[in-house]
Amino acid sequence: MAYFQPEMETMPQEQLRKLQSERLVKQVRHVWDNVPYYREKMEAKGVTPDDIHGIEDLHKLPFLCKDDLREAYPHGLRGMPLSDCVRIHSTSGTTGKRVVAFYTQHDIDLWDDCCARALVAAGATKEDVCQIAYGFGLFTGGAGLNGGSHKVGCLTLPMSSGNTDRQLQFMTDLESTILCCTPSYAAYLAESIHERGIRDQIKLKAGIFGAEAWSEDMRRDIEDKLGIKAYDIYGLTETSGPGVAFECSEQTGMHINEDHFIAEIIDPDTGEVLPEGSKGELVFTAITKEAFPLLRYRTRDICILTRGKCSCGRTFVKMCKPMGRSDDMLIIRGVNVFPSQIETVLIQQGYSANYQIIVDRVNNSDTFEVMVEMNPEMFSDSLAKITKAEKELVNALKAMLGIAAKVKLVAPKSITRSEGKAVRIIDKRKI
Amino acid sequence: MNIHQISVFLENRAGQLAEITDLLAKSHVDIRAISIAETADYGLVRMIVDDSYKASSILLEHGDILSMTPVWAVEVPDRPAGLSELLGVLAEAHVDVEYMYSLFTNKDGHACMVLRISDEPRFLSALGERQIKVMSKEDLGLK
Repeated sequence: MAYFQPEMETMPQEQLRKLQSERLVKQVRHVWDNVPYYREKMEAKGVTPDDIHGIEDLHKLPFLCKDDLREAYPHGLRGMPLSDCVRIHSTSGTTGKRVVAFYTQHDIDLWDDCCARALVAAGATKEDVCQIAYGFGLFTGGAGLNGGSHKVGCLTLPMSSGNTDRQLQFMTDLESTILCCTPSYAAYLAESIHERGIRDQIKLKAGIFGAEAWSEDMRRDIEDKLGIKAYDIYGLTETSGPGVAFECSEQTGMHINEDHFIAEIIDPDTGEVLPEGSKGELVFTAITKEAFPLLRYRTRDICILTRGKCSCGRTFVKMCKPMGRSDDMLIIRGVNVFPSQIETVLIQQGYSANYQIIVDRVNNSDTFEVMVEMNPEMFSDSLAKITKAEKELVNALKAMLGIAAKVKLVAPKSITRSEGKAVRIIDKRKI
Repeated sequence: MNIHQISVFLENRAGQLAEITDLLAKSHVDIRAISIAETADYGLVRMIVDDSYKASSILLEHGDILSMTPVWAVEVPDRPAGLSELLGVLAEAHVDVEYMYSLFTNKDGHACMVLRISDEPRFLSALGERQIKVMSKEDLGLK
């Protein structure tokens, strides 16, 4: 069995817990000294670093959630001077303000390690050619796997997302053996390969697919069509990016890199910590991150943690695929979308906030439609004026969300209400 | 004197227009002119009715979105080149016609066009010079 950092990945449980404790104590001190925003939260709860002696005291610390990130935007949760930070990544916030995460060179090193672990678990060695078809830029997907691939020593193809012709040309000409992208893009590439009849020129053996929800059926479909093993990967910008957790050859859940992150499962309503094996909201504490050291960050992902012997030999706890959200966030084409963002844009553009989002998956690709009720202010006898306003709305939504939505103007009061409450989201995707 | 046009938002759904005409029929509102503009996803209907106050209150009550717009009704000889002459006059005066449709009438060999135009003073002076008649509400028997 191959590991990237066997001493960490297979560390005996007791030793791992001790390491986590040590790192947590140090990290709480770092945050207390350098992040006034969180220090105030601790003070409000009557907790000081002296109260945290180890992982058993973790529950005493206050939570952080997406609203905190918005409130503290852009610098409030930064834990290092800007002169020590070397990069940012960013994801969408709940109402327009984006989440900005900072990284020191050390943070990037550790993040790359995490991604390298995922690649090695998927069978990567320095002999491999790793094609990265995740987006590069503010999105963490491309940068994370790119760094990991370098660490492993693979020949790295930083393709970024899209441009299928070019993807397939490089995949065949440079004989890529590992593909990293969103599962829906992997499915799309598999379709394209099938249609062009070039399967015999494809040398892929494994793929690492994350950043959006996918089912076991979809996994089998991709594996069959490409003749590979498809591995899941998990992460979020707030905790660095992909590589917080990754699948091993057993493909029964993702090992959380516990030397860097402490995972908890809580009751999303009460905040109470639930015993391992319970279904609840996943909370992460970053114990090695310097520049963006979030403690007890509520991911809003609902999932289950299981600890047990894994045939791969790793001792890290496993998380299942997220089973849902404890908030109303949608992931559409790999991008986080909050209904509140759409509401903000509609009001800014002069429409009523009565809307409905319809998401579906057609040919393994997400469709995204926003139904908007026409109102007297936006109505005109001139079709040109209405379509101009509609175009402005489409552009404003794209600017806010980062992905294109199809807008459909509908008659007032035509959006379905159930028991007097509007149904805002219709997600027809069967994942 | 301009006349009132009612525009109503139409969702792209079978029966939407019938709902509106049915409402007006039940209230004995006479539609004197009608025109529809559409995109792939929605449309709007523009109408001249005999009683625009009554029609608008009925439609608003029904929950429709509408707008009242001042438009002009212009007499046009009902013969070949009648419309062409009118539009020629407007073109010469650099008056933009945003949209236009015809009114259901023929009085003394004259048809009537409903126009939404860009520049009112220029429009009126161009028509005045050529003695082209602008129809008033009274001429058309509208309330």
